[in-house]
Amino acid sequence: MLSFMLRRVGQSILVLLVVGLVAFSMFRFVGDPIDNMLGQERTLEDIERLEQQLGLDRPFPVQYLRFLEGAIQGNFGVSYRQGREVSEILLERAPATLELAAVSAVLAILLGIALGVYTAIRRDGFVANFIMSTSLIGVSLPTFLIGILLIYLFSVELNWLPSFGRGEVVDLGGWTTGLLTASGLKSLILPSITLGLYQMTLIMRLVRSEMLEVLRQDYIRFARARGLADRTIHFRHALKNTLVPVVTIIGLQLGAIIAFAIITETVFQWPGMGLLFINAIQFVDIPVMAAYLMLISVMFVAINLIVDILYAFIDPRLRVAGK
Amino acid sequence: MTDAILSIRNVTVEIPTRHGLFKPVKNVSYDIVPGEIRGVVGESGAGKSMTGNAIIGLLDDPAHISEGEIWLKGQRIDNLSAEELRRIRGKEISMIFQDPLTSLNPLFTVGEQLVETIQLHLGLSAGDAKTRAIELLDAVSIPNSTERFDQYPHQFSGGMRQRVVIALALCSEPSVIIADEPTTALDVSIQAQVLDLIKQLARDRSIGVILVTHDMGVIAETTEQVTVMYAGEVVENGTTDQVLGAPMHPYTQSLIAAVPRPHKKVHRFPQVSYGGRETVFKIEDLARNWTQSKPSKEGKMLEVKGLTKRFVEKASLIPSRTTYFTAVDNVSFDIKDGEVFGIVGESGSGKSTVARMIATLYEVDGGEVVFDGSDVVTMDAKDRAAYRKQIQMIFQDPFSSLNPRMKVGEIVAEPLIHHKILGRGQAVTRVAELLDKVGLARGAEDKYPHEFSGGQRQRISIARAIATQPRFLICDEPTSALDVSIQAQILNILKDLQEHLGLTMLFISHDLPVVRQMCDRVGVMKMGQMLEVSDSETLFSAAKHPYTAELLQLMPQLAQLDG
Repeated sequence: MLSFMLRRVGQSILVLLVVGLVAFSMFRFVGDPIDNMLGQERTLEDIERLEQQLGLDRPFPVQYLRFLEGAIQGNFGVSYRQGREVSEILLERAPATLELAAVSAVLAILLGIALGVYTAIRRDGFVANFIMSTSLIGVSLPTFLIGILLIYLFSVELNWLPSFGRGEVVDLGGWTTGLLTASGLKSLILPSITLGLYQMTLIMRLVRSEMLEVLRQDYIRFARARGLADRTIHFRHALKNTLVPVVTIIGLQLGAIIAFAIITETVFQWPGMGLLFINAIQFVDIPVMAAYLMLISVMFVAINLIVDILYAFIDPRLRVAGK
Repeated sequence: MTDAILSIRNVTVEIPTRHGLFKPVKNVSYDIVPGEIRGVVGESGAGKSMTGNAIIGLLDDPAHISEGEIWLKGQRIDNLSAEELRRIRGKEISMIFQDPLTSLNPLFTVGEQLVETIQLHLGLSAGDAKTRAIELLDAVSIPNSTERFDQYPHQFSGGMRQRVVIALALCSEPSVIIADEPTTALDVSIQAQVLDLIKQLARDRSIGVILVTHDMGVIAETTEQVTVMYAGEVVENGTTDQVLGAPMHPYTQSLIAAVPRPHKKVHRFPQVSYGGRETVFKIEDLARNWTQSKPSKEGKMLEVKGLTKRFVEKASLIPSRTTYFTAVDNVSFDIKDGEVFGIVGESGSGKSTVARMIATLYEVDGGEVVFDGSDVVTMDAKDRAAYRKQIQMIFQDPFSSLNPRMKVGEIVAEPLIHHKILGRGQAVTRVAELLDKVGLARGAEDKYPHEFSGGQRQRISIARAIATQPRFLICDEPTSALDVSIQAQILNILKDLQEHLGLTMLFISHDLPVVRQMCDRVGVMKMGQMLEVSDSETLFSAAKHPYTAELLQLMPQLAQLDG
């Protein structure tokens, strides 16, 4: 188990180094930062001074090492556009994205598992078939379209829910939350449905097919032969066995939720990191882009590491794999 | 018959299908008496398991009981509601399934599963239920029951798991246990122990047992009464001695004749002729254009010297801390031209690993495999390809050894084309000929493997194996997954291959009577070591090693069959 975890951590570090390299190479190859920063009336001295100040005259590997050194300390330099520390900007924006992602993930996981189990047990029922067919919409419609449709229906036509922004937020020592005010909660509804719908249908379909597979197993037959009630069999014996692959997918999707929040945040003008990233692309604000890339990959890697460790808790066979 | 605890009266099970009504069980009747074991025997598809499922109310939709009655202790149970039946399941009637590896939920401890069942049926407190669970583990002779209580199923061996399954079946003092092939997946020695346990429990607790099996040996050793089923119907009912010793029905007679006898050697296996399904295969026809292989140097086709295989048991970053499990430990033997050499042993003894190393499917960790004078281990790629052409393998499971996405014709042609023996055009003719000779009907090459039965698939495997005209055939448990009647057929084909085509064979099996019939010489393996090698007649009449003697003694004697 220990050597397994060490290996996983090692692999994670490797992934992060590669992502770091990609993020860093943007500085050199996507536009010229000096161009962006100095404008039209620059002199050669200005350029040289800034090059020295930013360390751009050093060889590539040295620059990469310095970038990594900074990145580990959370120092990604200064935003070209806003002229503020990138880490400061990200910290300010992170709560909005994380809150949105968390709410969508919880919705997707709870509903996805519940509906998946239901559709598996009542395989040929009318309601189950209806859910399965409508779930196709969730998989096939693109996120931005769902978002726009929801805005049209609930904000424009019915005027029930706000169409953009986070509403009122409460500041809890640097962490702004919309969960404590009515307008904040109302603002969360549409974006979190938009963001979580695809994940929910994915989880539901996965749970359903895994569950159908497990229900065919001998130990389920044996459980029935022992006279256990259907509820015990479905929710205790079968569900736990479906969880291993489901947890894998949830882990991957959790990363995806954070990463793909970009689209939802753009549609709903949600003041999170995704919107920040889109704006950064428009203005070639490379430090922000690089930092965002690094942050997302750290999250992806961390989530997957946690998932790998979770396996061992769910499945005892992996716990003593070495024995 | 008055003291029967469970009576099945004229039960018919129906399954509506697209092609009309299918009746897997027709008009079946038998009685179960407390403390007595009734064997239900027949081929796969004879409806014996289906009857068991019907009794306990576990028929899968849309199968249902269409006629007949089932009485338990004077109460009719076939017409009860699903909920009432559920209360009887596990409380009055328990079930034991075939495969102990899959009948326990892998994510719960053995204790959790026991306590759950005990609390459900007896309504005890958690503490009392645990005490009872540990008592039950003791009753099925699981050592260190208190410790074992908290372990997961994967920490138990196959035989131990089957004991746990039996303990689970005993949770609420049932009056009837239906055991569906309870020992088919187990080794001979474990099988004997588990059967003894079932016998003892039935006697001590006066439980009526229905023992469903296809193994005549198990029937002979364990049961008092026998019901023989064929194609959904009961063809014969009676005491074990009477049915096995003086079978009345022609099906029973031919079934019993087909069982390989441990104590005498026959030239060919009698096939089950009942129902007019005898397959005609013409291996001798193949001999005409079969290039007879040159005799090997020194008359030895294969020589294995000090063969060793280690598997990594626990990987570690530090090489010296990696621990290994030695699956095959310094094994040596040789096989002469035209000989059938058998390897017997229990599961985990390393016999299949030996076969795979000879077939170069596993890398060798030590020792030599000398085929016709040259060492296979040190061969270059070109020589290895030539070697592989001369050896072919037949595997145990005819279901997983044929690619389900390929047509049978392609499967059999593959080795011919791979080894560039024939072009695609000529291969088609050759494949048709091969399939015909192993007794498959015309047109088989255009079908997919799932359209064939287990025995037919194994014949397809044989056709594939002999397509390259090999000199040496490795058969790894070729009949273990098959019914007695089909087994006879496959073994006869293999015998023909040896006789008419002069093939040399390595025959691996755990079934001693079969090995005696098939093999000229036999090696006995245990825990990776070759304990003894001798002529098969010598081995069966005067075993040198105590372990061999023990194996022979555990072999069902089937004395009643010819008594």
